[in-house]
Amino acid sequence: MAIIERPTPAAPVVVTPTETYGLLKRPVSSTGWRSWVFTIDHKKLGIMYAVTAMFFFIVGGIEALLIRLQLAAPNGKVLNADLYNQMFTMHATTMVFLFIMPMAAGFANYFLPLQIGARDVAFPRLNAFGFWSLLFGGIFLNLAWFLGGAADGGWFMYAPNSGPVFSPSNGVNFWALGLQIAGIASLTSAINLIITVLNMRAPGMSLMKMPIFTWMITVVQFLLLFAVPVITVALFLLMFQRNFGARFFDVAAGADPLLWQHLFWIFGHPEVYILILPSFGIISEVLPVFSRKPLFGYPFVVFSGAAIGFVGWGVWAHHMFASGLGPVSVAVFSVATMAIAVPTGVKIINWTLTMWGGKLWFTTAMKFAIGLIVLFTVGGLSGVTHSIAPSDTQQTDTYYIVAHFHYVLFGGSVLGIFAGFYYWWPKVFGKMLSEKLGSWNFWLMIIGLNLTFGPMHILGLQGQPRRMYQWTEARAGEGFFNLAFWNSVASIGSFILAIGILIFLINVWVTSRNPQRAPLDPWDARSLEWMTSNPPKEHNFDVIPTVHHLDEFFHRKYEEDEATHTMKQITTAEDLIAEQERNADRHIHMPSPSYWPIVLAFGLPVIAFGLIYSYLIAVVGGVIVLFAAFGWALESSTAPESDFENPNSSAELVKHD
Amino acid sequence: MTDVAHGHVGGTGISNVKLGMWAFLGSECLLFGGLISTYMLYRGRVTGGPRPSQIFDIPFTSVSSFVLLMSSLTMVLAVSAAHKDDDRKTNLWLTVTALLGTTFVGGQVYEFTAFYKEGLGFSTSLFGSSFYTLTGFHGVHVTVGIIMLMSLVGILTRSSMPGKKAEVVEIVGLYWHFVDIVWIIIFTLVYLIPV
Ligand code: HEM
Ligand SMILES: [Cu+2]
Repeated sequence: MAIIERPTPAAPVVVTPTETYGLLKRPVSSTGWRSWVFTIDHKKLGIMYAVTAMFFFIVGGIEALLIRLQLAAPNGKVLNADLYNQMFTMHATTMVFLFIMPMAAGFANYFLPLQIGARDVAFPRLNAFGFWSLLFGGIFLNLAWFLGGAADGGWFMYAPNSGPVFSPSNGVNFWALGLQIAGIASLTSAINLIITVLNMRAPGMSLMKMPIFTWMITVVQFLLLFAVPVITVALFLLMFQRNFGARFFDVAAGADPLLWQHLFWIFGHPEVYILILPSFGIISEVLPVFSRKPLFGYPFVVFSGAAIGFVGWGVWAHHMFASGLGPVSVAVFSVATMAIAVPTGVKIINWTLTMWGGKLWFTTAMKFAIGLIVLFTVGGLSGVTHSIAPSDTQQTDTYYIVAHFHYVLFGGSVLGIFAGFYYWWPKVFGKMLSEKLGSWNFWLMIIGLNLTFGPMHILGLQGQPRRMYQWTEARAGEGFFNLAFWNSVASIGSFILAIGILIFLINVWVTSRNPQRAPLDPWDARSLEWMTSNPPKEHNFDVIPTVHHLDEFFHRKYEEDEATHTMKQITTAEDLIAEQERNADRHIHMPSPSYWPIVLAFGLPVIAFGLIYSYLIAVVGGVIVLFAAFGWALESSTAPESDFENPNSSAELVKHD
Repeated sequence: MTDVAHGHVGGTGISNVKLGMWAFLGSECLLFGGLISTYMLYRGRVTGGPRPSQIFDIPFTSVSSFVLLMSSLTMVLAVSAAHKDDDRKTNLWLTVTALLGTTFVGGQVYEFTAFYKEGLGFSTSLFGSSFYTLTGFHGVHVTVGIIMLMSLVGILTRSSMPGKKAEVVEIVGLYWHFVDIVWIIIFTLVYLIPV
């Protein structure tokens, strides 16, 4: 990785690190694995986040298929009860914390700086540290599978079920510590991206000219900033209870089991918006582009997003209607929950009206976006049925809840993520994903999704409890609503869904082998990230753009025709970017790669391992962390001026090893 | 044209690092909020162990609280010296701040030992678990602050700090004041308000 880059010609210039702080000189590799492992480039980190998330998506998906295999027929024998508990716990934990959140972080890292016309993020090394914490935390969490069994208390890990009496294996310890480490990634990314948005927008980009994806990501970062510490507290209490004999959830000592539930859901409800808002952001970019119209009611979409961010803090107890909160609390939280459906509905109306009267272009990205609108609405409606407390008392802990959250999470978050893949692939990799395979990908996913999760509404209302590891013929009932039929439909559906996702992976592979390059602006897009080369240069923009409009890129390509009041194209992306290249800034110093983020992050699982097995190991981890922290503090994020080769000299590249 | 992508002052007029510290402290508010709520829920649940009023030594803790408060004052003096570019005085006040902080932590260690001897262990009761967790978390924060202060002194002496010195001192100061304010809340809620 080059530390200084001259925009033209493209050859990167290498630097010699002169200063040594701590023990190690700065890494300087610009190619090979080192350029990834020590990178602090937000685009590389974005890709690394996404690849990690995709890996965990596959892991979580396999776990899901095993669950559906077990339930496909009566008296399932695929998993025993204990393994089944581990499977659904780890499935949900993986999907929420190791797939959707990191995938959103990947999109955010890659595109947020590009969308605001910045060359990097506010804290590049912190960014790298966040990624490595996530990766190590995720691996640590899954190590439990091989060390005596994974966590088995459900993803919300209610107390006192999570205590050593009911969960004697180390699974819950791995779970609590692994999530703690992965949570660091969320906290650092929140601080990093919030400051990036506040401080590093291109000149002229006021908050209300910011692309909507960036807006939604910003709301999510604020949610993370305040929600992560709450689960951190809960996880600490759990860990202290399990490892150091604290009594927090010990009912015999007079503990209140609802403490955990409150802490978890004060985090947990904002969390569901953390999971959905990035996808709302993605499709709010995709829909206008493929409707050839600006987003309808941009300020409404922004403010309803922010409103969701605020109201989302006041509804957590709707997850606890059946826990005996008392009638007043239940009534208050019930009404608040109904209220939160309003800003959500506002968004759906905005998207629909964006398409209304537009020249619709049904690309795969667009199809996924429309899929989100439809299926998320289904999930939102079942959500409103849970908000009515008496009705929820019937539904809670049944498959009806499972249907709800899969419609909002799969039909919402995941479809949005896929819309993002197809929309931004040419930007990131310079190649177009195949639309033909994309169509298969989309339709198989939609069919599979509805076959899998649709029947769960019926199963739930018929009384099938969630987290039940077997069902029997005798209790399946008969007629149209018998459990046997709908369970097998759901299981068949899950395999169709899996094939749909497999086709996506095939599409990626096929595309990577296709030599054809994507055009610079394949979709005639609107926002600044498209005003860069494909893929963007390391410093993103040759010239930092000055922003005059929402949809700045569009307004540079199009002008209103005075006579007819229609927009007419005045220039192309190719010309705009060529012009930037001609006027490129010289002498751009990018922040420099560093060893410390990965070293520091590596210390964390070592400490966690030590807490479970031997304090001696924890001490070693502590030393690693301290050592890395000092190295980090003593190294400035951009290499000193004297390290850079003078871009005007004709000197040979400085050799280094 | 030169553009260094980092360390510049952007949209808000506040530097990235300082704003970042503010965001972090915002997050910390909820961390302590969660711990304090847990303590408030459990402080009366003693299951046969000592109750708060039986073991708290209010005069002692008042003195150590006073020491911590004074360290905020010396921190202010350090920041002001740093702004005047007076390395010697900055070092002096940072060291005094760290010493006062250490005194506070020492007091806490003493207090914990005394409570333990009087029968309040970490596992004794819900009160015990939540008391040690809350005040322990705060103590760890003070300790991290001391480490930062001493590192600052070390770095200032070697005079090899990246970034602007005064700003770094100020940011460590922000953290330090925050930790002090949290203590005032903890002291009031835990020690002064009877169960
Ligand atoms: C219209 C907006 C929504 C409303 C009114 C709503 C309402 C509810 C209610 C009342 C529950 C508790 C049901 C019970 O356990 O008895 C629930 C559960 C759940 N919701 Fe929603 N919801 C909405 C949107 C969402 C969104 C956007 C997501 C995530 C993307 C989501 C994810 C979940 C999850 C994961 C659960 C189950 C948690 C668990 O018990 O494991 N919901 N929802
Ligand atoms: Cu909720």
